[in-house]
Amino acid sequence: MIKKTYEEINAKIRAGKAVVVTAEEVISMAREKGIEETAAKVDVVTTGTFGPMCSSGAFFNLGHTKPRMRMSRVFLNGVEAYAGVAAVDVYLGATQLPETDPANTNYPGEFNYGGAHVLEDLLAGKEVLLEAESYGTDCYPRKKFEKMIRLDDIPYALLFNPRNAYQNYNVGVNLSERTIYTYMGILKPNMGNANYSTAGQLSPLLNDPFYRTIGMGTKIFLGGGVGYVSWFGTQHSPEVLRGENGVPLSPAGTLAVMGDLKQMSPQWLRGISLIGYGVSLMVGVGIPIPILDEEMLRYTAVSDEDIFANVVDYSEAAPQGTGEPLGRVSYAQLKSGEITLGDRVIPTASLSSYLKAREIAEILKEWIKSGRFLLTKPVFTLPTTNEGINYREIV
Amino acid sequence: MKQKIVLHFPSMVTEQPFTYYLIKEYNLMVNILKANINPRKEGRMVVEVSGDSKNYQDGMEYLQSRGVKISPLEQEIVWLEDRCTQCGACVIICPVGALAMDRPEMKVTFTGEKCIVCEHCLKSCPARAMEVRY
Ligand code: SF4
Ligand code: SF4
Repeated sequence: MIKKTYEEINAKIRAGKAVVVTAEEVISMAREKGIEETAAKVDVVTTGTFGPMCSSGAFFNLGHTKPRMRMSRVFLNGVEAYAGVAAVDVYLGATQLPETDPANTNYPGEFNYGGAHVLEDLLAGKEVLLEAESYGTDCYPRKKFEKMIRLDDIPYALLFNPRNAYQNYNVGVNLSERTIYTYMGILKPNMGNANYSTAGQLSPLLNDPFYRTIGMGTKIFLGGGVGYVSWFGTQHSPEVLRGENGVPLSPAGTLAVMGDLKQMSPQWLRGISLIGYGVSLMVGVGIPIPILDEEMLRYTAVSDEDIFANVVDYSEAAPQGTGEPLGRVSYAQLKSGEITLGDRVIPTASLSSYLKAREIAEILKEWIKSGRFLLTKPVFTLPTTNEGINYREIV
Repeated sequence: MKQKIVLHFPSMVTEQPFTYYLIKEYNLMVNILKANINPRKEGRMVVEVSGDSKNYQDGMEYLQSRGVKISPLEQEIVWLEDRCTQCGACVIICPVGALAMDRPEMKVTFTGEKCIVCEHCLKSCPARAMEVRY
């Protein structure tokens, strides 16, 4: 029986002796040497994912003006940030559009710019236009403020994403006769393509299916910098159907994550435009998984052949919230470039980048190996099965 | 007929209203795709001209007689590799496999020679990593 504690693993990291491998590398190691030997050898497995994660944004404290102002409406490059927080505290959501955006009036809309792009511009060091309005009070008399600002000028910037790193997701297809434009990308008629959006065997929560090591306070790679898991994410649903290996067969766990925006990079927080749908943010997340015992090694050794996703029709079933999945396919099939559904062979495409997910896992591996990134033991782990936490609909 | 062309203006003629004459005198539709014209400097304009072919010939002769050089448009699609997030959404959009996924590395590549400039990828690339250059 192998048992390692966080303290023991951190001591090895500090001494530069920890064995750290990516969630991809551990698969072949476990196949060659077996679970027990690999668990004894490996201390940390690093994961990664880089994909569109809508539920993201940042809290800013913009700093006080002279005379002072209780900002009640705030715009950054024309994109409104929610100002109902405090005098100069706002939250900029990644999917927020400028008020002038024609959205889908000229269907399918292009959605060239939004909150996510503002975040990317700030990180790239660009100037953005801050515009604020107020009704004025005795203590905050100022009613209008305009200034070109950079991220350096903003006193406080906290990336806070209420739902990231979905543990598994659907594969989107279109059963209808016309092309549809969805958050799963462009779906051609009559199942012309099947789109997915998960890093599979590299994806953080697919490597710790019951969240034994991930919870509040887990230190992670976030947007190119260091962040933390702050809570379980919105729509966290541990109770879904799982395979024999414990891996959920449909969207399940999620993470709320946060970190100082100023140490992140525009390479790993990228604004994107999903035609006909809207704006979203590509977020890079990487989580180190401590190999506390053989069970953790077995979980991290999961491979694309053993991770399955439901194929869902986005012309009817998904928007209406009805219907059964059309089938189930493995990530090995999805990544081969085509899936077979009944007698149909359907080409696949991804919205999240496997190549970049691997890069994140590699970066995190180097951080840990070099001793600059230690693991944190969560204050509590995320709610798992049989804890009464689940996704609910409002009907 | 409909033609995309590039007009080159020598510096002394940039202030003349050529598009106005093409429309009014030659009954042509002129759609300006890109223009780079500064007073008293050499200018360049990419236009799509459509109309009757006789009028088109006459219109072009008129431009040439005024010193405007005309060349066929060479449109080119460029892949801005550092803007590309390597998502792979384009591989089912590109009809000729100019944008393709190398498997199993899962690396997206662009082969310019295969591209037929259909422009489908321009708006379907979420990261706006595909651009058209004239
Ligand atoms: S869709 Fe755009 S960002 Fe994604 S792989 Fe293709 S070119 Fe790159
Ligand atoms: S313009 Fe058309 S052919 Fe060329 S890369 Fe884009 S989608 Fe492919």
